[in-house]
Amino acid sequence: MTRKKTLSVIGKPLRKVDAMAKCAGETVYADDLNLPRMIYAKLLRSPHPHARVLGVNAARALTLDGVCAVITGQDLPEKFGIMPSTEDEEALAVDKVRYAGDPVAAVAAISESLAEQALGYIDVEYEVLKPILSIEEALASTEESQRIHTWNRRANVQKAVSLEFGDIEGGFARSDHIFEGTFFYQGNTHLPMEQYCAVGFYGPDDKLTLWSSTQTPHYLHRALAKVLKLPASRIRVIATPVGGGFGGKSDPFSHEICAAKLSMITRRPVKFTLSREECFYVHRGRHPVKMWAKTGVKSDGTIQAMQYKTFLDGGGYSSYGLASVYYTGALQTVTYKVPAYKFEGVRVFTNKPPCGPKRGHGTPQPRFAEEIQMDEIAEKLGIDPLDLRLKQLVEANSVTINGLQISSCGLRECIEKVAERAEWKKKFRKLPFGHGIGFAASAYITGAGLPIYRNDMPHSGVQIKLDRSGGVTVFCGSTDIGQGSDSILVYAIAEEFGIDPVDIRVVTADTDLTPVDLGSYSSRVTIMTGNAAIQACGKLKLMLLEAASEALEVPADDLEFAEGQVRSASLPQRGIGFAECVVKAEGKHGTLGATGSYWPPKNPREFKGSGVGPTPAYTFSTAIVELHCDGETGEIKIDKVWIAHDCGRAFNPLLVEGQTEGSVYMALGEALMEEQIFRKNGLHKIPSILEYKSPTTLETPEIETILVETIDPEGPYGAKEAGQGPLLPVVPAVSNAVYDAIGVRIHEVPITPDKILRALEGRLKAVSIPKFDFPAPLKWQPGQGVQVEQKS
Amino acid sequence: MKQLLRLRVNGETREVAFETSKTLLEVLREDLGLNGTKHGCELGECGTCAVLVNGEPVLSCLMLGVEAENAEIVTVEGMTQNGKPHRLQKAFADLGAAQCGYCIPGILLTAKALLDENPHPTREEIRQALSGNLCRCTGYTKILQAVELAAKEIA
Repeated sequence: MTRKKTLSVIGKPLRKVDAMAKCAGETVYADDLNLPRMIYAKLLRSPHPHARVLGVNAARALTLDGVCAVITGQDLPEKFGIMPSTEDEEALAVDKVRYAGDPVAAVAAISESLAEQALGYIDVEYEVLKPILSIEEALASTEESQRIHTWNRRANVQKAVSLEFGDIEGGFARSDHIFEGTFFYQGNTHLPMEQYCAVGFYGPDDKLTLWSSTQTPHYLHRALAKVLKLPASRIRVIATPVGGGFGGKSDPFSHEICAAKLSMITRRPVKFTLSREECFYVHRGRHPVKMWAKTGVKSDGTIQAMQYKTFLDGGGYSSYGLASVYYTGALQTVTYKVPAYKFEGVRVFTNKPPCGPKRGHGTPQPRFAEEIQMDEIAEKLGIDPLDLRLKQLVEANSVTINGLQISSCGLRECIEKVAERAEWKKKFRKLPFGHGIGFAASAYITGAGLPIYRNDMPHSGVQIKLDRSGGVTVFCGSTDIGQGSDSILVYAIAEEFGIDPVDIRVVTADTDLTPVDLGSYSSRVTIMTGNAAIQACGKLKLMLLEAASEALEVPADDLEFAEGQVRSASLPQRGIGFAECVVKAEGKHGTLGATGSYWPPKNPREFKGSGVGPTPAYTFSTAIVELHCDGETGEIKIDKVWIAHDCGRAFNPLLVEGQTEGSVYMALGEALMEEQIFRKNGLHKIPSILEYKSPTTLETPEIETILVETIDPEGPYGAKEAGQGPLLPVVPAVSNAVYDAIGVRIHEVPITPDKILRALEGRLKAVSIPKFDFPAPLKWQPGQGVQVEQKS
Repeated sequence: MKQLLRLRVNGETREVAFETSKTLLEVLREDLGLNGTKHGCELGECGTCAVLVNGEPVLSCLMLGVEAENAEIVTVEGMTQNGKPHRLQKAFADLGAAQCGYCIPGILLTAKALLDENPHPTREEIRQALSGNLCRCTGYTKILQAVELAAKEIA
């Protein structure tokens, strides 16, 4: 078979496979499911941020006509959680509530309003405890009696880590200048437009089906089996099209488990649709992080050593926290050459809704600190901030000081292109007071190198069936959350078989029907499902080629798949239609199907914590933000954002641009207005869309996207991620632009008008950093472990 | 108490009995099976549930079903006429303006009301018209471009 020189599907601005259904209102989201005899459920949530649950009495609620079942913590005592080593959640509180909004009971009734009414008839006796509401309070609450959880080693510390790479002391000693700063990145939430929703049905065949708006049906499947104590083989999880995720629908949730349990009791389909207010309690959003950053440089600006301390406010449960804390230290080294690096991080428990993964997961916070500090270094040394970076960029096919293997790298091109389009040299430090421009760069992963639970199986599996009509059906566990993962499968297969994408059907995210894909998180789906799909196509193509070669009397190595045909590459008029070829191949080989699998490259490092950071390929992004900042009112108006993103290959440029623009938008929300904040009594301050400010069409500026294609050796057709990386540089670029505009540094987000005014008046205090004794660092020297072999 | 009402939805007269306390959103989704209309907050804050009532975009979560009697209601299902999608629907699909797609019905209808009144709006007028519709996926860029593309097709 010959390899086609030109691509006919990949790289084209095609419609998504589900585009028309979504525009016609035909897409069936979880809350659009209506099953016969379906009943509705609601959760009773704790009004207290921290309390012991002394008793729950549902007797009065059960007397209401139309109430079908009530369950409490005693019905589901098994703990669960996304990370196997920190399973500390209960579907309903067994003996303690840990944030205002923590569920304590669930009711199913014949209508949603009756279920809601019944909540008022459940009597809960609480012993109210003093809530812990800040990082400082958590670290100071070291008494056993002050613990939020009992399983963790140190009171209210979920995880503390310390890693040291290279000669950190020597690096600082060799430096001509040392820069130190403190930073605070406020927490914020995903706010997908679709509220959480799940429908459970335990059928007469003693099998459970759960439909849910989830990004991770496979992990949910495992959690359901564990908590419900059912064999996993009798549970089917179907992820419905997700109406926005951004990381917020990646954990197994109380409402999902309760929908299943209530259906097991009532033997009727049970639906939960959470209110918008409840979505703020479910949360799992961006961690508030306090940071201390130190960088030592030579007088020419080259980095000699870099050190970080991060303090994460985790909220009431672990969620992804174990990974989150490592992520606040993992990727600082993946943009500039850092010869020595030390990182200490700690995640604490507080009595607030649990934080988790939001777009960028743990990396936007330290990136904010790093890129502002780079701007400050450039300013002090009198070097253009872009030139400071250009002289010390990481390179393709290199290994960072903390052992991360970089394959392709388009960072230089990203910097040069964004600077050219934004006319950086003409504007930087040359605009009038109140008008400014700022730059930042970043790196991100294309899929986590390790699964959430330890196993040797592939991260993504694809199964392809060919039928006699020439139709192709692909089965994959991947979950379309709007990013277009269903379309990616179709594009890859259409390209491989040389057929029209319309002839391909997609079946995804159904644990009964589809091979496992770990889920839509960590920007892993395109690279992992794409490679698995190409592998499955490869197996089928061997069978098709054999049949075509016989039929056409053309040697297989002269055959190509193109324009709906299997044909001779040298004599293209000699060919047969794809459908005819399938018929011949089926006659020869029997029913045609094949599977493909993808494992990320094995991580050669073996130190504790080395599992967070490695990935098949890193992406690189740069942003320039131009803005106006009013010195009188402190108001910021973003004029324009230029964003360059090294996406490897733009599988479909429309979708890559869409991901990039969405990332820029979400970053601006975080930079300027979004914050998940609480009253002194621990209640959420603004649990509504009206009060939780996010950018509308009026605040979102023009976004100019520049795609840089580096064709990564590990990516399918060279593709890397696009959904998360482009968020990272935008937030610090806003802060750097504010400095250019009005001459004050803001080390906190959101950068609100009151902070601007306080800064202008010299009243904005530096971010305070808590005192904490980190564990002794694990020291790892470059060169330890095996180098990864590069594909060419 | 349920009340029997006649509603004009997507050019059809529908008789439907529902609790008078129900919002138009609930009546459309639960009593008429028109699930294309979505909800994001049910408090009038996000624009997701917008439908057209006598040609004007209205948040169906803030209007009672009974208030919509005698009005012409158009939902996203009604944008497709004689099996043909509306030019806005095609433009949104062509430009990738629907990512998760959840806010899209409300945005399409709000944009339709704009184009019906002002066939060639400026970018600023489109921004103003859609400022009550939140989208968390797209950064609005492709949405604004899609409305402009649809407007170009109007003679």
